[in-house]
Amino acid sequence: MKQHFLTLPKFSMRFLPIWRRHLLVWWKVAIPSILGHLADPLIYMLGLGYGLGTLIPEMGGTSYLLFLAAGTLCYSTMNSATFEALYSGFSRMHHQRTWDAILNTPITLDDIVLSEILWAATKSLMSGLAVLLVIWILGMSHTLLSLWTIPLALLIGLCFSALGLIMTALAPSYDFFMYYFTLIITPMMMLSGVFFPVDQLPSALQSVSAVLPLTHAIDLARPLLNGNIPQHILLHLAVLVAYTLAGFYLSLVLFRNRLSK
Amino acid sequence: MNTVVDVHKLHKSYAGQRVVDDLSLSIKRGECYGLLGPNGAGKTTTLRLLLGLTDPDGGTVRLLDHAVPGHAREARLKLGVVPQIDNLDPDFTVAENLLVYGRYFGMSDAAINARIPMLLEFSNLTAKRDAMVPTLSGGMKRRLSLARALVNDPDIIFLDEPTTGLDPQARHLIWQRLRELTSQGKTLLLTTHFMEEAERLCHRLAILDHGRMIAEDTPHELIKHNIEPQVVEVFGDEVETWAQNYAAQFSQRFEVSGETAFCYVSDAQPLVAHLQAHAGLRYLHRPANLEDVFIKLTGREMRD
Repeated sequence: MKQHFLTLPKFSMRFLPIWRRHLLVWWKVAIPSILGHLADPLIYMLGLGYGLGTLIPEMGGTSYLLFLAAGTLCYSTMNSATFEALYSGFSRMHHQRTWDAILNTPITLDDIVLSEILWAATKSLMSGLAVLLVIWILGMSHTLLSLWTIPLALLIGLCFSALGLIMTALAPSYDFFMYYFTLIITPMMMLSGVFFPVDQLPSALQSVSAVLPLTHAIDLARPLLNGNIPQHILLHLAVLVAYTLAGFYLSLVLFRNRLSK
Repeated sequence: MNTVVDVHKLHKSYAGQRVVDDLSLSIKRGECYGLLGPNGAGKTTTLRLLLGLTDPDGGTVRLLDHAVPGHAREARLKLGVVPQIDNLDPDFTVAENLLVYGRYFGMSDAAINARIPMLLEFSNLTAKRDAMVPTLSGGMKRRLSLARALVNDPDIIFLDEPTTGLDPQARHLIWQRLRELTSQGKTLLLTTHFMEEAERLCHRLAILDHGRMIAEDTPHELIKHNIEPQVVEVFGDEVETWAQNYAAQFSQRFEVSGETAFCYVSDAQPLVAHLQAHAGLRYLHRPANLEDVFIKLTGREMRD
């Protein structure tokens, strides 16, 4: 690997036309996309929430439905960013050669990777808004503090798109992403307190949970939906930002290496 | 600034294999310059080096007086690229492809929309303005790729095998458009392995093999200096026996490839007279062309 692949990214507004391109593509499939963003959390929350909720009247000091709502908001935003960065990102880079077309213009790879992260985070934001809408419509949360989950959804999106792009940069084909889902995303869902509190886990797994970004996202979202100010806000934000920056930098270095060939 | 592309002693290796080897060339404004070579000769890598997408191991590139790769971004502002493999946006219409691509150059929507009718007309796609890309034929996609490469009104256009896979009608239309571009003063750099394309379009061309330039001149001079002026192709079942017995007697040089003997001669008359008397063999007498030069310089064996 060459030395200059390691240089820090140079940011510019040149990412914006690429972001607008992705928006225009999305616009053509906006209706099914929005329906999907709404239906998935609705089905999960109603199915699991009402089903399990009758058996488990309370969890972590709230109704099980609201407990699950915070988890759902976080993992839905995580999934949106992850799918976009992995499958759609790989399609644009490899299959459709959209990146090749863009690289022949005055736009650089730094701009492209930044636009991918911002676009995947935009999808997360849409997904987070949809879940929040469902939460409001079902009357699960009435607090204005719940509005803070909107910027949180964006941050979760940035974090998981940056992490997902590392996989995209390494992937020889779409099949490769199954490793990421099986080994990272699915265990993370079980270990981060989406469905049950982390303190139910054996202590060894609790320490694993403590370093997972989804755990920190949920630790912010759950009190916000309950109407409480979260504890250790700066710590949780710092972890999410650190994953975002590290993921962005590492994916960029890997993309530079991959695409210079 | 008459020289718009200046390449000096360019080197590039992949895994110890020299893909571009000591390549130097310069192209003047308004010129159509061709890079010819068998598959794997280094044509596409040369274009990538010129665009600043791959870093050279040695040598310098200047495009429109910008040093590449250091200032490749500035150079690409006034550059258009028609890639070898279409990378149009399949989710967009013809016009949307042009609009979205123009934005990458920092152009305003108004400026791009003002150019779209002209670009569509140039590429014979006016009627297809609102058609989705997957519904276009191969020829239409190539024309849209060409129109897209012109959206920023570039000074130089790189075309990587622009007519590969097209039928003759579509190919002729592209050729006509490329000639119009050179007559407008645009500089074209094209790679091809269609000799007819190179011979018709290029003012000058270079033949590359194994990353090295092995010849560079106008098509006419290349033919004149590298090969005998006449070719007689002899074919038929008995061609091998015939070639063993007679070919050397009647031609300066000959090659047998499959069921055809290629006889290169300065004066074809004695050979033609001999063949007319030889029933069972057919022949084609023609002037030497660029393909003969190409085959002579790069050999007949397959490269894939």
